[in-house]
Amino acid sequence: MHAPDGFIDGPTSLAMGVVAAGGVAVCLRRAGQELEEKQVPLAGLTAAFVFAVQMLNFPVASGTSGHLLGGVLAAVLVGPWTGALCVTVVVAVQALLFADGGLTALGFNTVNMALVTALGGYLVFVGLRRVLPRTRGGVALAAGLAAGVGVVLSSLAFSLQYAIGGTGGASAGAVTASMVGVHVLIGIGEGVITALTVSAVLASRPDLVHGARDLAVAEPPAPVAGAVS
Amino acid sequence: MRPRVRLGVFVAVGLGLAVALAFLVAPEASSQPDGLEKVAIDEGFIDGARDHDLAGSPTADYGVEGVDDARLSTGLAGALGIGITFAVTGGLFWLVRRTRRDQPPVPEPTA
Repeated sequence: MHAPDGFIDGPTSLAMGVVAAGGVAVCLRRAGQELEEKQVPLAGLTAAFVFAVQMLNFPVASGTSGHLLGGVLAAVLVGPWTGALCVTVVVAVQALLFADGGLTALGFNTVNMALVTALGGYLVFVGLRRVLPRTRGGVALAAGLAAGVGVVLSSLAFSLQYAIGGTGGASAGAVTASMVGVHVLIGIGEGVITALTVSAVLASRPDLVHGARDLAVAEPPAPVAGAVS
Repeated sequence: MRPRVRLGVFVAVGLGLAVALAFLVAPEASSQPDGLEKVAIDEGFIDGARDHDLAGSPTADYGVEGVDDARLSTGLAGALGIGITFAVTGGLFWLVRRTRRDQPPVPEPTA
């Protein structure tokens, strides 16, 4: 999903840069109110973990690979505004240090991979939490499903940008259909990784999971043999 | 809920796991085109891609210049990225918390 320079024309890239900057500014304001002191190192860990897992391209159908985007994972762990900023840092480090994702594409890559997944995907997560059981399993399932949807939302965002300012003359409809088709498959991988990771954190430090704060009163910690208390 | 693992231990273990993934799993990652690249090839707009402005940087494309062993090069690049990402994010949120104004908490986005 890391677009190089040149797929989207200059004016559209610039406009998306403005959108990204505005979105990041809003996130910075909101994150200051969302983030608790103890979550600062956790936010750093979340970003670092997303960076690492983004290196792990897994094969999907027909000579194609995909990797975690991590927006929903970050949003569920540390909150949507903070999570969006975590992935923004990842996308920026990748572009500036590892030449992954074009510099003129940094705006729309941030919109697509950080803002759309973390904020849009988190809305899906909140909706799913209302209908799924109020248990750790329910939180992990909601996170996994929302993560999968988040990837498809991200592919739709790129498709929209291609429709506005794409180069190369491909049909916007065909690009959208292809993007959604392949990202449904990548979304399955995203969902599995997200659900497993959220489960692992819930098993060790449930109090650190932003998206499961309501479980603190609803579900006392299950007695675990050998647990140190 | 009572924490079962101290925060410092949790963060250290998490960072260790991330570095382990970079050294042990990242070198095995698929090098097939990713979803967007595949679509660009299939739909015929891949030729629009320009070389990255920083393609000549010493850590371009998740490798470290001068390290010949491909696995080690990938792992070191990953570890560097993990460290920098952790430091930048931690520093950013430390600043965000320091400079936040005393405002009533805002509601998070709801469906």
